[in-house]
Amino acid sequence: MTVPCLAQSLVQNELARFEKRVTVKVLPNGLTLIICDRPEAPVFSYFTMVNVGDANDPSGESGIAHMFEHLAFKGTKDIGTTDYPAEKIALAKVEETYAAYDSEYRKRVGRNPEKLKELKAQFDAAEEAANKYVIPNEFTEIAEANGASGVNAETGLDATQYFWSMPSNRLQLWAYMESDRIANPVPRQFYRERSVVMEERRMRIDSNPIGLLEEQFLAAAYIAHPYGRPGVGWMSELSQITATEAAAFHKKYYVPSNIVIAVVGDVSPADLSMLEKYFGAIPAGPKPEPMTTVEPPQVAEKSVILRMPTQPLFLEGYHRPSYLDPDDAVYDAIQDIFSNGRTSRLYRSLVEKQQIAADAEGFTDFPGDKYPNLFAFFAVPNAGHTPEEMRVAINKEIEKLKTTDVTDAELEMFKTRARADLLRGLADNQGIAQELAYYQERYGDWRQLFLQLNKINAVTKADIRRVANKIFVPSNCTYAMVEYQPPPKPPALPQAQPSPGPQAPAKGGAR
Amino acid sequence: MKQSRTASLFAATLLCASVACPLFAQVTTVTIPPDIRKLQPPAPWEKIPVPPLHAFHPEQPTRIELKNGLVILLEPDHELPFINGSINIRGGSRDVPADKTGLIDLYSQAWRTSGTATQSGDQLDDLLASKAANVETYGDIDSTSVAWSCFTKDEDQVFGIAVDLLEHPAFNEQKLRLAQQQEIAGIVRRNDTAQGIAAREAAVLVYGKDSPYARQPEIATVMGITLDDLKGWHAKTVVPNNIIVAVEGDFDLAVMEKSLRAAFGGLPRGPAWPKPSGEFAGPKPGVYFVNKTDIDQSNIWILGLGTTRRNPDFYALTVMNEIFSGGFGSRLVQDVRTKQGLAYAVFGNYGASFDHPGIFYTIAMTKSATTVKTTQAMLKEIHELKTEPFTASELASAKDQLLNSFIFHYDSKDKVLARATELEFYGYPADYLTKYEAGIKAVTLADLQRVADKYIDPSRLAILVVGNQANIGTPLTALDLGPVRPLDITIPMPAAMRRQMGQQGAQ
Repeated sequence: MTVPCLAQSLVQNELARFEKRVTVKVLPNGLTLIICDRPEAPVFSYFTMVNVGDANDPSGESGIAHMFEHLAFKGTKDIGTTDYPAEKIALAKVEETYAAYDSEYRKRVGRNPEKLKELKAQFDAAEEAANKYVIPNEFTEIAEANGASGVNAETGLDATQYFWSMPSNRLQLWAYMESDRIANPVPRQFYRERSVVMEERRMRIDSNPIGLLEEQFLAAAYIAHPYGRPGVGWMSELSQITATEAAAFHKKYYVPSNIVIAVVGDVSPADLSMLEKYFGAIPAGPKPEPMTTVEPPQVAEKSVILRMPTQPLFLEGYHRPSYLDPDDAVYDAIQDIFSNGRTSRLYRSLVEKQQIAADAEGFTDFPGDKYPNLFAFFAVPNAGHTPEEMRVAINKEIEKLKTTDVTDAELEMFKTRARADLLRGLADNQGIAQELAYYQERYGDWRQLFLQLNKINAVTKADIRRVANKIFVPSNCTYAMVEYQPPPKPPALPQAQPSPGPQAPAKGGAR
Repeated sequence: MKQSRTASLFAATLLCASVACPLFAQVTTVTIPPDIRKLQPPAPWEKIPVPPLHAFHPEQPTRIELKNGLVILLEPDHELPFINGSINIRGGSRDVPADKTGLIDLYSQAWRTSGTATQSGDQLDDLLASKAANVETYGDIDSTSVAWSCFTKDEDQVFGIAVDLLEHPAFNEQKLRLAQQQEIAGIVRRNDTAQGIAAREAAVLVYGKDSPYARQPEIATVMGITLDDLKGWHAKTVVPNNIIVAVEGDFDLAVMEKSLRAAFGGLPRGPAWPKPSGEFAGPKPGVYFVNKTDIDQSNIWILGLGTTRRNPDFYALTVMNEIFSGGFGSRLVQDVRTKQGLAYAVFGNYGASFDHPGIFYTIAMTKSATTVKTTQAMLKEIHELKTEPFTASELASAKDQLLNSFIFHYDSKDKVLARATELEFYGYPADYLTKYEAGIKAVTLADLQRVADKYIDPSRLAILVVGNQANIGTPLTALDLGPVRPLDITIPMPAAMRRQMGQQGAQ
């Protein structure tokens, strides 16, 4: 028992060390700032977490949270424009002409093609006129010319996050830029960016077997909650999102009380007043009301079969409660025991012993963790093995978990690794910023990053069996599989000519 | 532990599918006259003070060369109670005979899973997992390695396992078969995504089908690899004068040095690993096409031969890269993504590897119907590297981007050690980073023009498209670059295996 105790005390030491280095300040407008002094090098990383994701997209506007994230790189009233007052008028004209075009386009009966063409031309002209004021990508240009590294953002179903790292002499510049884009985003070049995001959808989902499998699976697993919608949006809805809708979304959700920002690195509490000057100026707004939709209990086992010219895959999921459930850490334990490395049950059974899968694992919090979600299983069959074999083999492992206690060694391994993973995660500014912002936003206290270990330490074998018996039942199950189906015979290429070159073997009928 | 999932590559892909990043991104080639700002009062951000950066001179690793030629690099770091190390060995997949392609993949997997003379791989798994420690073996194009990571208190035992794997591996038949099966699972899936196909065929076009930098493991070559091949490779490469050991973390320098000397000092010196060689002619120009019927987006790769970092023009090429396609600030992304909205993913690079020519690539993914339009836009940007003079503001901005973010090459001790290990491995001077910084600073507009003239030759490029023929619309012949050559990407499959796979087939 000395090993876990020692590791536990290491965690307590780290918490004590962080208590000294972390300062949290909730500004009068409701925005939460966290700074963490880690002065190894004259750099800092930040992580802005906005408590809104694509699960919050209004009906008919799937993909809008993500679309807004793209917009947040388009500049502000000061950045990215040669003349904002004039641009503002031009952008209003863009919206006006787009609305006219859109209302004709959406007519189910009596759409006039001539009129549509004319309205499109008016919209194109308005866009062209607005473009005259644009200094494209000036926002990111300024950041990168000032040494920003890893400039990026992510939109999940639960949250939208923005982050980069910078030399620490640019802290004030960053505070100016970040606060300005939160308070004053300008929907410039919105409709071109929408085309870019449509390409993103084509890349991630429409031309990607795993993306497609995931989309079809989630759409089947959820009947009410927006976790059943793709984060990037359905193509029809994504292709009709307007800048006006994006602005309304921003007004509702990008309020300071819905935002946590963590800055980690060569920063100190002395910087707080400067940061407060910038972030405190963001106008306050009412905190968005919580979501009403709760996924109703699943009553029927569901299956989805995709027949495609791609090798077989298997995905299965069971509904579980959100991260606030008292059993949250038990799901982490089940994930670890099923999937963590070569000692895990799925690896040893499906990959090593039966040799039917190249990879097999179970994981929790899919496709998010803020709302009730899924404990899922994913398996990649070996050549010659079927998704059905994956289902049978995984269900055997599930049965075992329901009927037999896990071993002492398995449970201890989970707890030791949880402590080690936590500590290993404290090695870089960007990772720390992300963790602090996440725990502060989700629990109202960054210390939960460390204190969650108490819940993990409390998990028992009985808990694991109880939870397994609760959720792993057929009526709570959805599974999806890809089955191989040969592609249609490709048409002969009109230009196809065998090439003699050794680098271009041209046997025709390429697949 | 919500944020720290342990997910495999497959699950990682799955989990990320709903996350969207604008990274492959954005920028400006000044369509607005560059001086417009100067005519106006300074913008708000230009008034924000940028104080001098705090001085920062990270301590370089301690370098120790043993009598037998083994090099040790040590970088103590007491922030967290962990020790991380790696034993890096020269020789990798480019160095195996053609009929053994795939050897390094199998070797690097079976090496660890087989275990040692005294402990099986499964026993090691249990032991290490109980300590939240890792010892893993890896294979790469030019190296193999054993890496370990553990709590400080477990260092003796965990490092002992790493050394045991190095000195007393116990390659076994069963684990070799498991590795073969996993390798084959990857081979039969290699045509499932357009990006996977494009990346593989791009290397084939640039380096040649049989080049060690492009050739692919096939089911037949993988099945033909034996335990003796693994043992033979091990005996041939585990030679101290071809090894670099790098350790970072919570240790006392003198104690660690003693421990490493004791572990490795007795290894007998062997033949030095030969320097890489090879002919690099670059691609045969033309348009190449792979038809994939289940997608509605084309992967377009425009390909040429790049250079090495030893090229004195590397610095000018790096600045040119930044202007052409770097970060959010480039001509290519500006045009193809921001101005035309043709692609989400668009990038390019005049690639420079440490010891062989890299690939000069320009890539975009666009809906089928805009394949030709996008290809033309990409070609135009490449062409304009020669015809559109670089401006002073482009040069200044590219240098700012490279130099102001330079600190992120070495802002933590593990990065400092990683850089140093890389330089040691490829035989570059230890002050390379300093030279690099100076080299970038010295680049002039004339240099940019000169390297664009010298290295950018649109007539020597190959264009690879992986797309859906039925939806492309304007044919690729409209590019006016000659006939379109279809590439055959059929996966060769032994008859026995074809029978076993039955209905599932493999494309």
